[in-house]
Amino acid sequence: MDSDDDFISNMSSEEDMLPDDSDNDMSNYEDYGFDDEPDAYSDSQKETGHGKKVAYDFSFKVYQPSDIQKQQDDLINEVNMILDISKEEAAILLRYFRWNKERLIEDYMDRPGQVLDAAGLSQSAAGPPKIQVIPGFVCDICCEDEPGLESFALKCGHRYCVDCYRHYLSQKIREEGEAARIQCPSEGCTLIIDARSLDLLVPQDLTDRYHELLHRTYVEDKETLKWCPAPDCQNAVECAVKKKDLDRVVPTVSCLCGHRFCFGCILNDHQPAPCELVKKWLKKCADDSETANWISANTKECPKCNSTIEKNGGCNHMTCRKCKHEFCWMCMGLWSEHGTSWYNCNRYEEKSGMEARDAQARSRVSLERYLHYYNRYANHEQSARLDKDIFHKTEKKMVQLQKESGMSWIEVQYLNSASQALQTCRQTLMWTYAFAFYLARNNLTEIFEDNQKDLEMAVEALSEMFERPITELADPKLKVEIMDKTTYCNKRRVILLEDTAQNLAEGKWTFNVEFSGSAANGGPSTRR
Amino acid sequence: MSTQFAAKRLSKELSKISSSLPPGIELVSADNFEEWLLDIRVLDNNPLYQNQTYRLKFRFGSSYPIEPPEVVFVKLPDRPIPMHPHIYSNGIICLDLLGQQGWSPVQNVESVCMSLQSMLTGNSKNERPPGDEEFVRGNRLRPKDIEFYYHDNDV
Repeated sequence: MDSDDDFISNMSSEEDMLPDDSDNDMSNYEDYGFDDEPDAYSDSQKETGHGKKVAYDFSFKVYQPSDIQKQQDDLINEVNMILDISKEEAAILLRYFRWNKERLIEDYMDRPGQVLDAAGLSQSAAGPPKIQVIPGFVCDICCEDEPGLESFALKCGHRYCVDCYRHYLSQKIREEGEAARIQCPSEGCTLIIDARSLDLLVPQDLTDRYHELLHRTYVEDKETLKWCPAPDCQNAVECAVKKKDLDRVVPTVSCLCGHRFCFGCILNDHQPAPCELVKKWLKKCADDSETANWISANTKECPKCNSTIEKNGGCNHMTCRKCKHEFCWMCMGLWSEHGTSWYNCNRYEEKSGMEARDAQARSRVSLERYLHYYNRYANHEQSARLDKDIFHKTEKKMVQLQKESGMSWIEVQYLNSASQALQTCRQTLMWTYAFAFYLARNNLTEIFEDNQKDLEMAVEALSEMFERPITELADPKLKVEIMDKTTYCNKRRVILLEDTAQNLAEGKWTFNVEFSGSAANGGPSTRR
Repeated sequence: MSTQFAAKRLSKELSKISSSLPPGIELVSADNFEEWLLDIRVLDNNPLYQNQTYRLKFRFGSSYPIEPPEVVFVKLPDRPIPMHPHIYSNGIICLDLLGQQGWSPVQNVESVCMSLQSMLTGNSKNERPPGDEEFVRGNRLRPKDIEFYYHDNDV
């Protein structure tokens, strides 16, 4: 899209959102040095200048696998001591109560029988179940009845042969990924198989998998804990931001592995756009809604057979290729009825025609507006990828640079930080466009767009320097420039995020879509 | 190993149902341990299903009976698909005991047939599941890969 188009779509989006102002959109772009904006602008700068605690930052903690294990063990031991039940039972109860220790203890004190039943723990006081050989036993699963058949039953007494039990458990663990809630194989029996019984029945490799799955349920059951979604990362992140807060904050967290993601929706960092808008945006980009918009903006349907027709030139006398129906493109009426007014439809001003034209114009404006934001969003996404590619090449060149210029490893690290800055800033820029697409126009959007523009200009300048050939990179003057620009980019990003996050927290943004922050009705489902 | 496991169990089931089956259930064919056909009839005088026989197709995976079999109604000139709010017009059955969660390895071909018989007997609604047409048109999945949401247990 060239600059002309930019201007048109900016203008049209304004018309779209704020009809009252449409008479002087030009001024919005040219006179912002004269009205009250500069104050607001420098205000936002000042705020970020001294405020140490930035509004878009959240307290979070990263836990490694050993920390997670320890937390579970501590809870199990505590319940084991307080309630005087075995550790296996304490673990099952805790899992049943989603690791809410207080509620477990309270409920158990009130009505232990019901709690044990509900959690799938029977109350019989007999010792732990063991593998037995029972004369005359027939397994109900495999129908085997040979003498000496080893069998096993939980406290419920539903007895099956060890082989069938093994099959059953390996199916549950390996294929279905179950662990904390594996029930007795008998139909309708809700008794849960505890870790000790399981260890008795299955081979070592399966026990390991079982314990790994169990260990995972701890994180999955707790609302304040989430796995880092990076491949092969085993850490979990704890953050107190709740689902209902997601309309006010964008809780970006970063794992020890370096991956930055949103605690609300697990997607990659999408500041400044809130989760709900991100979801809407991604859906919009993925689905056909804009195709439909294009069709309604550029085509009409044959009044007889409803074939979709795009008029790419020529006169108003249309003959449908499919059904040979002849009609007027302007009024969509029969061509034969045009009488003597050939090639000059005099029904153009009729009301129905006007309405159709208006509807089409609206579709066009809406499509152009979407494309304006989408193109910029996609462009930053792609550029971030390209910057990454270039960095991989530069990494090699950094070694070369060390040799050629005699700089040390430490001294060429500025390229690394420049690349990091480029990528984070582009990620942010990308989402500013999705965010802006949903913003209703007002004074705040002006400030937002200025911030966006400043960051974008800084990023493009840095990106350009970064692409220079290695011989130029060795120039110490350019090095200083790159370092300065890197710092500047990061600072612009902080300013932008600070401003948007603060307005979001205070509920100052007006959106042109329904925005409740109730991401709850479509929250991430916990499917395996 | 597991195929053997399934074959052993199926041969035992087959020898049992070849000799006797409850009324209203008939074995049509069981030539291998992969696919069996059975016919069922509703025995009481529920007007929805009177004088009708329905064909059931069982398909067994290698981990049967740990995993449930795939059970569907089959349409033939003289074998319609029974009308039921949990049975789609392409024969796919939405029944929790045929899903991984509701299945128990203690169940078998006979008990599944009996459950389906009683599911039909107890029904008085002459209707298909909501969204039947759309589902039947769009579905390319095997029944075991469909995520059914068992929402009402009264029918």
